[in-house]
Amino acid sequence: MIRTISCTVNSKPVSWQIDVRMSLSEVLRTNGFTSVKEGCGVGECGACAVLLDGIAVDSCLYLAIWADGCNIRTSEGESKGGTLSEVQQAYLDNGSVQCGFCTPGLVMSSTEFVEKHRGEKVTRDQIRKEHAGHICRCTGYESIIRAVEQCMKPYEKGK
Amino acid sequence: MVVGTSVQRVDGVAKVTGKARYTDDFTMPGMRVAKYLRSTIAHGRVSSIDTSQAKALPGVDGVFTFEDVPKRIYATAGHPYSLDPHHMDITDRYLLTDHVRYMGDEIAIVVAVSDLIATKALSLIDVEYEPYQPLVEAKDALAKDAVEIHKGTGNVVKAHSFVAGGDLDAVRKECDQLLEGQYKTQIVQHCHLENHTAYAYMDDLERIVIVSSTQIPHIARRIVAEALEIDTGLIRVIKPTIGGGFGNKQDVILEPMVAFLTKKLDGIPVRLKLDREEGMVGTRVRHPFDVKVQIGLDQEGTVKLIHFDALSNTGAYASHGHSIVSAGAAKTHYMYPRAVYSCTAKTIYSNIPAAGAMRAYGSPQMTFAIECAMEEAARTLGMDSAEFRLRNGARAGDKSQITKKPIMTCGLLDSIKKGKDLIGWDKKRALWPKEQTGEVRNGLGVAIFSYGSGTYPVCVEPASARLILNQDGSAHLQVGATEIGQGSDTAFAQMAAESLGFSFSKIHVVSCQDTDVTPFDTGSYASRQTYVTGQAVMRTAEQLKAKILHHASIISGLEATLITISGDNIVISESPEIVVMSVQDVAIDAYYNKERGGQITAEATYKARNNPHVFGCTFVDLSVDIPLCRVKINEIYNIHDSGIIINPLMAEGQVHGGMAMGIGAALFEELMVDPDSGKIYNNNLLDYKVPTIMDIPDLGAAFVEPNEPTHPYGSKSLGEPPIISPAPAIRNAILDATGVAINELPMSPKTIFKYFKNAGLI
Amino acid sequence: MFDFNSYHKAKSVDEAIALLSQNPEAIPLAGGTDVLVRLHGHNKNYRHLVDIHDVAELKKVTMESDGTIVIGSGMTFTGLAHSPVVCENIPVLNEGGSSIGGPQVRNVATVGGNICNGAPSGDSASPLLVLNATVELKGPDGIRRLPLYDFYQGPGQVDRKAGEIMTCLRVAADDYRGWSAHYYKYAMRGAMDIATIGCGAACKVVDGKIAGLRLGFVVAGPTPLRCWRTEEKTIGMQADEELIDIVKNSVLGDLRPRDSWRAAKDFREQIIKTLAERVLREAIKRNIRNTEME
Ligand SMILES: Cc1cc2nc3c(=O)[nH]c(=O)nc-3n(C[C@H](O)[C@H](O)[C@H](O)COP(=O)(O)OP(=O)(O)OC[C@H]3O[C@@H](n4cnc5c(N)ncnc54)[C@H](O)[C@@H]3O)c2cc1C
Ligand code: FES
Repeated sequence: MIRTISCTVNSKPVSWQIDVRMSLSEVLRTNGFTSVKEGCGVGECGACAVLLDGIAVDSCLYLAIWADGCNIRTSEGESKGGTLSEVQQAYLDNGSVQCGFCTPGLVMSSTEFVEKHRGEKVTRDQIRKEHAGHICRCTGYESIIRAVEQCMKPYEKGK
Repeated sequence: MVVGTSVQRVDGVAKVTGKARYTDDFTMPGMRVAKYLRSTIAHGRVSSIDTSQAKALPGVDGVFTFEDVPKRIYATAGHPYSLDPHHMDITDRYLLTDHVRYMGDEIAIVVAVSDLIATKALSLIDVEYEPYQPLVEAKDALAKDAVEIHKGTGNVVKAHSFVAGGDLDAVRKECDQLLEGQYKTQIVQHCHLENHTAYAYMDDLERIVIVSSTQIPHIARRIVAEALEIDTGLIRVIKPTIGGGFGNKQDVILEPMVAFLTKKLDGIPVRLKLDREEGMVGTRVRHPFDVKVQIGLDQEGTVKLIHFDALSNTGAYASHGHSIVSAGAAKTHYMYPRAVYSCTAKTIYSNIPAAGAMRAYGSPQMTFAIECAMEEAARTLGMDSAEFRLRNGARAGDKSQITKKPIMTCGLLDSIKKGKDLIGWDKKRALWPKEQTGEVRNGLGVAIFSYGSGTYPVCVEPASARLILNQDGSAHLQVGATEIGQGSDTAFAQMAAESLGFSFSKIHVVSCQDTDVTPFDTGSYASRQTYVTGQAVMRTAEQLKAKILHHASIISGLEATLITISGDNIVISESPEIVVMSVQDVAIDAYYNKERGGQITAEATYKARNNPHVFGCTFVDLSVDIPLCRVKINEIYNIHDSGIIINPLMAEGQVHGGMAMGIGAALFEELMVDPDSGKIYNNNLLDYKVPTIMDIPDLGAAFVEPNEPTHPYGSKSLGEPPIISPAPAIRNAILDATGVAINELPMSPKTIFKYFKNAGLI
Repeated sequence: MFDFNSYHKAKSVDEAIALLSQNPEAIPLAGGTDVLVRLHGHNKNYRHLVDIHDVAELKKVTMESDGTIVIGSGMTFTGLAHSPVVCENIPVLNEGGSSIGGPQVRNVATVGGNICNGAPSGDSASPLLVLNATVELKGPDGIRRLPLYDFYQGPGQVDRKAGEIMTCLRVAADDYRGWSAHYYKYAMRGAMDIATIGCGAACKVVDGKIAGLRLGFVVAGPTPLRCWRTEEKTIGMQADEELIDIVKNSVLGDLRPRDSWRAAKDFREQIIKTLAERVLREAIKRNIRNTEME
């Protein structure tokens, strides 16, 4: 059941031999993208979320073969040239990181959110709804919402 | 000043970029996978087991059963060793067992080259059982003819009782009113995001290296040594970054097994990683309590006595069971320290998953009972709930009835006042109608708590640290205490920088503990690290500073007493603007001058012999939708006295997280057991209702900051306490809104329905 | 690694049908949010798969010339939320869809999978029932259509014959034009949860009177259910509080909630009654508002 998939991970083209029974998280982790965490294996916690062609999926519940031809983004790729992405920086500024196990996945959902809603005025309710696929046991979510709000602020002004 | 500022956490960048490495992020060539065979019944004996087919499966390295493990019984609770024979942890486990005590008990284990082969091998093992009646509830376990879950115990782990502060019967007679209530708390699971996981390999023919997601590497090392009868020095435990623990990793669960397996298999690396479903039953849970409370009051509304009778269910194995109730009782008694305080308690075995340590260790259960009962008391007296607590709550100078020591700092009353302001208590009380009708009703609630800063004098409180001056003038800090997400490494770095006169960026914390290298500390529990380990860090920093100054004085010819460190430079104490040289200059000279110096290092160890109390409260404003049996929190605040706050942003994060867990336990979470079979119904994150971001309202945290004299920076504990008071505050607000007193947790719609129906509200 | 034994990837519906016919043990795999969860639990019934994840022809929503809305079974719930046809004409489907799991689940979970898994709790079921949706299946013997209501046969059981693929769900113009609907999911959490009770209502009010009313519930019986008797009773009645009272007191007669560890029967009944009242009230309000606006 071995196939080859070709995709782009964090802007780099890759070609991987995979077993069709493998989840995307397994393939990513085996290839060194260990920011992708496994907290449940069944799409309940969101720790393995990555962006696939710009939308968040739980890579534990997604066959690797489906990622053939896709553009994948993980937390490792979000910091560039030693600089954190605005979402990553906002997470640090707001104390949104504790044990950090949920963080890489949440950072990806926040990244999708911030890129999607750039320029809009968003509500806390909207932030909540679009981060609802992640469980964080440490922070109580308050600081995560604050981090997203911080990212949205500079863009609101334009509107 | 570094202490008292919200510096960025030291592991923050590693975590947001996904570069922080957790146990599962390390692999080794040839690493094997181990998987448990878990019992499919809750109580009984394995009458036969056949592993021959599993052993024959290609790719299987070994199959071990209860017959293959050391005949050595051990305790798993992550406590420091006790020299007092009456205070030893309870030894009631073997690595694998033929006596099945809960559904999911470990009876055999397979090691194979892959997950799939290991799973296949498990399906090839034939087991037959001699089943016994599962004893799920206390009444079953304590029945006269009940089978003993552990021989010679009568299914009682421990019974205790104490009276502090006076003669119970005498005070009872003096009381104008005696009120009674009974309160029940549920089984809660920690649900740290990273599951339990560990692997082990051997360095030579004797030495075993274990890498584990643990809160207590040094204790784990001792317990592995005990379980396998190996010298402690031959065991090395390494703790990388860990994805949460909340007490569930203050227990030694996988480490002895991986050590055993690698030893059996000639040192090859073996990984044992629990999946979520397995971890939710096969690790630990919070003890469910059933507490009867009696409160004695005088006419003025003063609490004269608090008496409980508590029953705690530890499940299949003792783990921390022998100490949870007494710890809960002792730590909560500071709330109302002027009353006579008395407790009788019993902890029992049963055929449900083993309960162990969980955030605040018995206090949430006890506080739920006390603060529900206090609410009844206030209401019976017709007193305002906040006023009642202001009248009876602890004040600085009160004496502990148990230790007879005075409470040095106490911000309880200030925190109640602050909470009242934040929530608009008086205003809402005046504006809201007295009698509410309609489908949706509003309520206000308050509850208070007290807690400790460590475990002294029940346990020893040791901590150690090491500082090494680098050639660039920075320093590496090693501690035996563990960062598990709470931010302790950052607090240590802040305290070290402050004590040394270094800038914060010049302190590099070694976040990974390695028992071969890291100085001894018992680890992360009891909210002890900032208070206890912090003092070891400071002592170490003072030593290092003295050594740096000594060498600077040799270089410069200035008296060491005339110089100090400030802003990474050696300066004249009296005129700090005069820079003598940089710390880097001192370091370079110490390392490389052919005639003098050497590496500048310092190491200190410290045993805390104080245990200051922390206090605080929760205020909540909520609405209850009566027909839908649902609570919506409109506003909620936790106010804490944790002494001086070392890092405000991180402290706030601890409070938010604890509040969310408290709200989870109040309204959502319960691990559900089938009373007939002992089966757990909901051991996954879909059916076990950890609150999502949709379920947690905006959270408010505030602090009052008395300066604790027993800590150099005035600090007290903070990690666990935020979880304690939300549940009773919410319960009291529901009572306020609806007139219905809900006396069990969780107050989920299902529970609320039962109570509303009984009360005729629906 | 998921524990499956055979795997075939289809590029078209016809190829999928052929593969299913050649592999009688195999089942379709769409978004996998159900199938892969079962495989995580080593369920033996899911070991042979025909993968329709990338079959493009199943991933569209169209409107036929007579106004019939055709929802491809491979549409994800996120896709439905972005479909103008759905948003403008049958927003109630998105009220159901947006209550499913969390964003990452909705980004991959399909409406076809939500119906074909036969779950008594599927959150798209109730909206589709009150829209009178028809299921279209294609198999070795051609195409067949049947009402969604009849497609459900029991818990986890649907009327999918060997080799068949559900191609689409169809909603006729008469079933949504002039109607307004509302769905409310009652669960223990605000996200990532299976409904304790889900209630959908659709209604058409003409001159203050009920010209049509449909109620669909999930987790109120072994399959998603309609409240036929209650619905019939209300035709021609004044759309007022009395109607709501009658509905509230009669829906239980149409449903079969049961006791389970997830929730007790009497609790479910309480929620059913409350939701019937509130959801219907909202649907009527919307209908009156929509008619006024026209
Ligand atoms: C974390 C989590 C949360 C969830 N929350 C919810 C929720 O809130 N509400 C809810 O309703 N569901 C929920 N689900 C269940 C599931 O996501 C949905 O039922 C989803 O719609 C299933 O679609 P799928 O495409 O992923 O199905 P798959 O897993 O691919 O398939 C499901 C079943 O349908 C069959 N099937 C799929 N497509 C077709 C087709 N075109 N023709 C014939 N048969 C087909 C498959 O053979 C299989 O038996 C949740 C799942 C997870 C993992
Ligand atoms: S930071 Fe630990 S789970 Fe979110």
